[in-house]
Amino acid sequence: MIPELGQLALSLALIVALVQGILPLVGAARGDAAWMGVARPAAQAQALLVAFAFGCLVYSFATNDFSVQYVVQHSNSQLPLHYRIAGAWGGHEGSFLLWCTMLGVWMFAVSLFSAHLPEEMTARVLGVLGLVSAGFIAFMLFTSNPFDRVFPAAADGRDLNPLLQDPGMVIHPPMLYMGYVGFSVAYAFAVAALFSGRLDAAWARWSRPWTTVAWMFLTLGIALGSGWAYYELGWGGWWFWDPVENASFMPWLIGTALIHSLAVTEKRGAFRSWTVLLAIIAFALSLLGTFLVRSGVLTSVHAFAVDPKRGIFILGLFAFMIGGALVLYAWRTARIGLGGAFAPVSRESLLLANNVLLAAAAGSVMLGTLYPLLLDAVGGGKISVGPPYFEAVFVPIMAPALFLMGVGPLARWKRASLPELAVLLRWALGVSLAVGLLLPFAFGEWHALVGFGLTLAVWIAATCALGLRRGLRQTRSHYGMLLAHLGVAVFVVGVTLVKGYDAEQDANMRPGDTLALRDYVFRLDAVQGVNGPNYRAAQAKVTVTRGGKPVTVLYPERRVYTVQEQTMTEAAIDTGFARDLYVSLGDPLPDGAWLVKAQVKPFIDWIWGGCLLMALGGLLAASDRRYRVAMPAAQREAAAEAAA
Amino acid sequence: MKPRHKRLAAIGFGLAALGVAATLVLSAFRENLVFFFTPSQIAAQEAPQGKTFRIGGMVQAGSVQRDGVEVHFLVTDTAKSVPVVYRGALPDLFREGKGVVAQGQLGADGVFRAREVLAKHDENYMPPEASEAVQRAQQMEERMSKTLK
Repeated sequence: MIPELGQLALSLALIVALVQGILPLVGAARGDAAWMGVARPAAQAQALLVAFAFGCLVYSFATNDFSVQYVVQHSNSQLPLHYRIAGAWGGHEGSFLLWCTMLGVWMFAVSLFSAHLPEEMTARVLGVLGLVSAGFIAFMLFTSNPFDRVFPAAADGRDLNPLLQDPGMVIHPPMLYMGYVGFSVAYAFAVAALFSGRLDAAWARWSRPWTTVAWMFLTLGIALGSGWAYYELGWGGWWFWDPVENASFMPWLIGTALIHSLAVTEKRGAFRSWTVLLAIIAFALSLLGTFLVRSGVLTSVHAFAVDPKRGIFILGLFAFMIGGALVLYAWRTARIGLGGAFAPVSRESLLLANNVLLAAAAGSVMLGTLYPLLLDAVGGGKISVGPPYFEAVFVPIMAPALFLMGVGPLARWKRASLPELAVLLRWALGVSLAVGLLLPFAFGEWHALVGFGLTLAVWIAATCALGLRRGLRQTRSHYGMLLAHLGVAVFVVGVTLVKGYDAEQDANMRPGDTLALRDYVFRLDAVQGVNGPNYRAAQAKVTVTRGGKPVTVLYPERRVYTVQEQTMTEAAIDTGFARDLYVSLGDPLPDGAWLVKAQVKPFIDWIWGGCLLMALGGLLAASDRRYRVAMPAAQREAAAEAAA
Repeated sequence: MKPRHKRLAAIGFGLAALGVAATLVLSAFRENLVFFFTPSQIAAQEAPQGKTFRIGGMVQAGSVQRDGVEVHFLVTDTAKSVPVVYRGALPDLFREGKGVVAQGQLGADGVFRAREVLAKHDENYMPPEASEAVQRAQQMEERMSKTLK
């Protein structure tokens, strides 16, 4: 009964979405207030219907309804409740339902917080979102319905992949999807502006807080995913340049470029067509990310051949949303105009350089991610592109971007003076070079790349401090920007020091054996059997000492999940401000010994700490008061003038 | 300089920078492409020695032997098999009789020294390379049996 209710709610949502997509758009074109007025109630109704459907799916998981195919595939009666609920987004169908639910949340938010927008703009934005939502709901109903029943009902489910049975899995996908889907709002604003033909500073101002919040969620989502891989995959890496990760990283890079480009459009009326293009591309990459990860195309490009309906539907959706937006863009862009002029040395040109670098970075990730898939799809053979490629490309592209990050916020709009900047920045440069040269000695070894990374990090932090000192009466969005930039500095410190100084060792250990790594001594005390709710495990007790003094006791496990007889390495981590100690338990060996891997990872938590600061910066910037008030008439005229 | 010249200079500079970036990216791309070979191809000596590549297939049942930190096993595509040696702990999804992908180099002694044995985020996962290797070997066998008839 409940699954049928969910199905019904989803079908109703599709109809409401179509109404929401068509009436307000036509109304806005004809200036019909009644038709435009449909947008808000329709969006709210649709959001509630989809949320209800999602609730039905979660309910089916919570109550172990094994007559629903999707529940059978992704759950099991032995699974703890919170993982059964997370199982709702553990597979293809449920992921799309989560996607639509998130889209509903965003639409609801737009309908609530758009009182200061002209009625036409609200109608168009919600109309475009309605069309996007209709496409996705139709995709679910016609090709991947999470409510399909099996008859007869299964006795029990096939279990959720043990890798996904983790608290990280409960929050990582919703965060990531909030980010992905949030870019649909930036996209809807861009398309709405293209419809109206008015791409001005006001449009950029309306679009900015939404884009920033979406970016914030995406940042958190990616950081959570990375942290999850770090402690759950059991081998201590935090980023693998895996296609799944790249799929979320590409929209992040373009979204970051978009945030900066929007700033120029709002403040100076420049970069307008570029900003619109970025908004479209950011959403296109979000769609691509969703499809790549959740359609099975990464496991095999031939997955589509097995179920061509899905593939064709997805291509159709993509062509309609992105192709349509690009056609509209090509048609309208000639009328947009260029906006304010600027000198070669100015904040505009520095932000332009930032945009070019970020776009180049996104392009190179895309090449490494999609080329092997394309080659395989046309029968060109199997190749893979590993981390060495991405590392070789990323350092030279991101290093100048990090350097410019220090200069940009301090340069004047329109025209900056190089000598003035040089005077302002000389101390920051001196300090960062000195730290970069000397600090690596504190870690025992001097590496050129470590020195370089630390120099850049200190450079960013020092210029942030300059930015803080310069103006006392600054806006919240300015502080948000500084905080996010400081987050990048913290992130760079983490990446640099982990890359430069991490240490690891594999050893065969019998109880009583010790292993020395850096200043730490790891002693395997004992290995004993323990039982969990749906697994049995061998649990080791490892005592860590430093200079004879006890540091911590770690309990790494080697679990076997009983439903699928799947082995899982459950690493034990001692987290610290300046280092993590990471121990994982490998295979048992015939002579009573165990394979143990011990690692010391300096400053690794700074990587996620940096991401958290970036996200907080985004939150602070988005909460700036000026985004919530209607623009006073005088200011509106000034903006229009700057745009002309 | 006149504004027109300035603009030309700016465009020229931009194009040059883009060209450099593209060259850099593409050369890094070419250097780091990792090709894929099946056990049959290695048996036919089609795989290069001293160059990193990937092999895929099934872990032959009963072939896994631990020797301290080192582990030895055979990767088979049902027609031919290749001995593989790896140092360290194997990923959780590694099991006898299941698909596996390894990246490393082929030694002169015909033993594949794996630097990486790959694990992915999926449950009923047959790595695409592994299933491809098995498929190719089976197609080859079919063709052979047809020509013999």
